Amino acid sequence: MPRSLFDKIWDAHVVRDLGDGWALLHVDRHLLHDLSGPPALAQVAARGLKVHDPELAFATPDHAVSSQPGRHGMTYAGGGKHWSGLQKEAAAAGVRLFDLGRPGQGIVHVMGPELGIVLPGLTVICGDSHTCTNGGVGALAFGVGSSECTHALATQTLRQQKPKTMRINCTGLLAPGVTAKDLALHIIGTLGAAAGTGYAIEYAGAAIEALDVEERLTLCNLTVELGARSGIVAPDERTITWLRGRPLSPQGVAFDTAADDWRTLQSDRDAHFDREEYIDASLVPPTITWGTSPEHALSIVARVPDPAVQQDDKRASFKAALDYMGLQANAPIAGTPINWVFIGSCANSRLSDLRSAADVARGRRVAPGVTAWVVPGSENVKRAAEAEGLDRVFQEAGFAWREPGCSMCVAANGEQVPPGARCVSTSNRNFVGRQGPGARTHLASPAMAAAAAVTGFITDVRELG
Amino acid sequence: MSMRPFTTVHGPAAPLMMANIDTDVIIRIERLTSLARDSLGPFAFEALRYRPDGSDVPDFVINDPIFRAAPFLLAGPNFGCGSSREGAVWALQGIGVRCVIAPSYGDIFYSNCFQNGVLPIRLRQGYVEALAMQCSKGASLTVDLQRTIITAPDGTDTTFEIDPMRREALVHGLDDIGLTLKDDALIRQWQAHDRTNRPWAWPEATETACAGRS
Repeated sequence: MPRSLFDKIWDAHVVRDLGDGWALLHVDRHLLHDLSGPPALAQVAARGLKVHDPELAFATPDHAVSSQPGRHGMTYAGGGKHWSGLQKEAAAAGVRLFDLGRPGQGIVHVMGPELGIVLPGLTVICGDSHTCTNGGVGALAFGVGSSECTHALATQTLRQQKPKTMRINCTGLLAPGVTAKDLALHIIGTLGAAAGTGYAIEYAGAAIEALDVEERLTLCNLTVELGARSGIVAPDERTITWLRGRPLSPQGVAFDTAADDWRTLQSDRDAHFDREEYIDASLVPPTITWGTSPEHALSIVARVPDPAVQQDDKRASFKAALDYMGLQANAPIAGTPINWVFIGSCANSRLSDLRSAADVARGRRVAPGVTAWVVPGSENVKRAAEAEGLDRVFQEAGFAWREPGCSMCVAANGEQVPPGARCVSTSNRNFVGRQGPGARTHLASPAMAAAAAVTGFITDVRELG
Repeated sequence: MSMRPFTTVHGPAAPLMMANIDTDVIIRIERLTSLARDSLGPFAFEALRYRPDGSDVPDFVINDPIFRAAPFLLAGPNFGCGSSREGAVWALQGIGVRCVIAPSYGDIFYSNCFQNGVLPIRLRQGYVEALAMQCSKGASLTVDLQRTIITAPDGTDTTFEIDPMRREALVHGLDDIGLTLKDDALIRQWQAHDRTNRPWAWPEATETACAGRS
């Protein structure tokens, strides 16, 4: 029987069929960060248990650490106990830690693929909803809560109910100046923030095959904003080339053996999906959010929606979102003045993202009254960017160049957008208060964020030339 | 650790019918970084519940005295979307919620509920809205998990669907880890087979926590 890519990975990891669509599923990689990692590790110990396979877990501090230049683990005092807790618990359990200032440290979903910890066909979990990012290299990756983290540490498995499958077929090719972030926001805006609830999603089609691996990581990153726990792109020669030589990728002959296995990881021609969606990628415009859900996405050339003409079930929420965001119905979104720009997060902080933003920033200046930050996704991204001079491009343009971490995306580290301030952010969540109480977030691509920084308002990056 | 078993629950139901209430709104991340899990209740829904000066938003539902300890929350579609933070469930428990009734949920939140003995019931939006009308003045509902029946304030019964495995775990307050470790021999057998089958999937043993020390 033809199987989807998801089915193939799922089936290969069933330790025991528990009946009724449930399985005891093996976990191949467990990523741990400073917020969800220490309590889960401590809980395992408190129950008198041991971490089942410490060599399959990898830890790094990202959420509650400062991104201030020259930072250390206590720079943000409120996060110090989480950072030191991760050090202590990881050491006690024999889990490898990539600590601050060391190659390998970074936002957990940036460092995982970057180091070759995450590979095609693996099951990957983390106590973090954006674990879906890792589907960009062809892993079955999904976020879990702290109880399931503890379960996975103690047993190297999870009891899981098999989700339904959805394939999002992206036909055509993205236009110049349109990125994977625009595609992701466009898909969420088109299908809705709950469309993926209960599904495992595969992204397929010509537009996906044309994306480089870092763009696929961005696309898969936003899958949870579509409601699904996992999103995946079938590994191909781009993936294999990208993974070759990474520190924890298989080396030498072992890599070639692995690559042969990875080439079989595709949905069969007649595989069944519970739902199929079609998106014409060639029609996707540069996209930005206007409201307080990622589904509040619109084209950069569009106008802010009018609650009065919405269907009954949306009128009140649109009105509340406009009030929170301080926007006028029917006004063009482009031209809205902004105060902050944040370039970073597990959605868009990889080297290609920073290059794209730097291309816009080069030779320009951050507009008066705008504070603009660039927070690289990992220590390795930071060093690579510095090696090609991107830090100077940003700093000469008036952007702050900071240390790797989640920073202002999660705002759990003392780094917040002030109340009422408007921020164009390359992160993935524009929820009420996400970037700080009263903060107003517009999600966009790195190029669009940089364009907003240098003009001082929401700008169609294509017009900057 | 076993959880508090969920059998029959009776009491008022607080209607909070907005769509896409995310877990950041249910509990802010700073509360989770600074507080113990049993002290989150006062911070549940804080962005909606309090004014910037800290005073109550009078018309926010859980500020209404009749819903202060309501065991039920009636919610809109995609409740609990967003972040995986299990603290969202702990915060709801902190205001007395034992059962949420909504058309749909964020997948991770949905799983996290069961891990903590909270029952998330899925029912069509029209039904939840009708229930919200009936409950808006504090009338009580009853949920019987064994029989999978909701009894509305007007006395009508409605059946809900719940996965049998999940129901058993809730009714008996079962501990998943204990259950899984009974299969440990099977897990190790799977791993031994996988090491042969996919040697590349097993990282070389490395020095532990090496990057933290110089």
